[in-house]
Amino acid sequence: MGEFLITPVGTLVIIIAQCLAVLGFVMISLLFLVYGDRKVWAAVQMRRGPNVVGVFGILQSVADALKYVTKEVVIPAGADRTVFLLAPMMSFVLAVLAWAVIPFDETWVLSNINVAILYVFAISSLEVYGVIMGGWASNSKYPFLGSLRSAAQMISYEVSIGLIIIGVIISTGSMNFGSIVYAQDTSAHFFGWYWLPHLPMVFLFFISALAETNRPPFDLPEAESELVAGYQVEYSSTPFLLFMAGEYIAIFLMCALTTLLFFGGWLSPIPGLPDGALWMVAKMAFFFFLFAMVKAITPRYRYDQLMRLGWKVFLPFSLVWVVFVAFAAKFDWFWGIYARWPLAG
Amino acid sequence: MMAFAFYLFALGVIAGGLFTVIARNPVHSVLWLILAFLSAAGLFVLLGAEFVAMLLIIVYVGAVAVLFLFVVMMLDIDFSALRAQMARTMPLALLIGLVILMQLALAFGAWTESELAAGQIAQPMVPGIHNTQALGMILYDQYFLLFQLAGLILLVAMIGAIVLTLRHRSDVKRQDVLAQMYRDPKKAMELRDVKPGQGL
Repeated sequence: MGEFLITPVGTLVIIIAQCLAVLGFVMISLLFLVYGDRKVWAAVQMRRGPNVVGVFGILQSVADALKYVTKEVVIPAGADRTVFLLAPMMSFVLAVLAWAVIPFDETWVLSNINVAILYVFAISSLEVYGVIMGGWASNSKYPFLGSLRSAAQMISYEVSIGLIIIGVIISTGSMNFGSIVYAQDTSAHFFGWYWLPHLPMVFLFFISALAETNRPPFDLPEAESELVAGYQVEYSSTPFLLFMAGEYIAIFLMCALTTLLFFGGWLSPIPGLPDGALWMVAKMAFFFFLFAMVKAITPRYRYDQLMRLGWKVFLPFSLVWVVFVAFAAKFDWFWGIYARWPLAG
Repeated sequence: MMAFAFYLFALGVIAGGLFTVIARNPVHSVLWLILAFLSAAGLFVLLGAEFVAMLLIIVYVGAVAVLFLFVVMMLDIDFSALRAQMARTMPLALLIGLVILMQLALAFGAWTESELAAGQIAQPMVPGIHNTQALGMILYDQYFLLFQLAGLILLVAMIGAIVLTLRHRSDVKRQDVLAQMYRDPKKAMELRDVKPGQGL
């Protein structure tokens, strides 16, 4: 067995098995994320939420997925068939693709590349294509309006996400997720993580992540009171399932990014307890809970307010923050908490 | 494995470029263009220039091509008229293409490689430095002034675009966010007791 694994075929088998392990984790957590999202939402509105399929309705998502898959795929007569079917696939594949570089523990990462954070940023900047292509190919007014909105929205908030990431990169001196987590591994433990020195950026990143993934209160592309369901109007069955799955996976990815960038990844918050992948998953689940809460308790933004917030508030603020972090790191202000290049290795 | 990846990406670039030109639907053209960009990024990764590859995806695919797509979707193009016009201008276009091809053939046909050139290709970077760091050192140390100049040109272009499109119009209602936030219910609403069947 050991000899087989070092042959080219053996290596290929290992790589495929690793990919399937990450994919399996993402897909299984997806089922419970959708369920958890609905339960949190229901609890805030004093409803019960899904409670029929399985114990406490925990298998509701499985039932929904089966229902979606077995339904008929309806393609509108005037639609561009190829692009229409390509759009949900693109949205789903891109969402999954970014997980290739997300580390769950020191060695638990599919591909440990130097530009990991740029890779994630690049992939998430492509996610807008699924929405635009879907909206255009549907050949219908509402989806088209929804996709135009989303194109502007996602590009605007990407800019501020990029600037926030640059601040963390300056502090770390590397774009590797491993290095970013190592740089947060100080003697101060919980208070040594980047959330404290980069405190304002944590909020900005969280809000930008909401806008980037089209979550409420920024779900303008699918604002049901104005656009029925936005770019998803004409979609049914499996293509719709792919859109929805892609959206949730992208949200979960943003939770993973928040964890890695500001909350120490797999590091343990309590001194004495061992670090590990469980901490990483627990933190991600916590941030997903926050995403679900925001969806439940905030009213939807108006579109011009959204654009104003992105360009006139977030962009200048994060830009100034980059300049500030650059100075603080260069001149060792604040006891050197902004420059942790030796720690990052 | 590397060779296979190279041919895959090379095929992607060529097919993407070709279909960008010959696709009938302009939106399809942009989508093929995106394929070409992505394949080019793949080629950069194979060359070991992962930073440039990621920048190519972020800037060109993630931003520029989105704006292309944005504009092209809005256009209302009559394809049959366009094709008829293309048939008329085709001979001239072919002639120009032929002339350029001949010029390139003349220029590069007489090209001989000096013995020194072999040593000059692909200067190896300092070992132990990632290409992100190497690029940063070159940009911010060696070519610092040129880098600033490039930034200045972009700034001028941005101001130019703003000046060209900025029109002060007094007949448009503007959103005054501060005024909206500090509005109190007393000024904004008026409560009246309406009698049934009468109205105001």
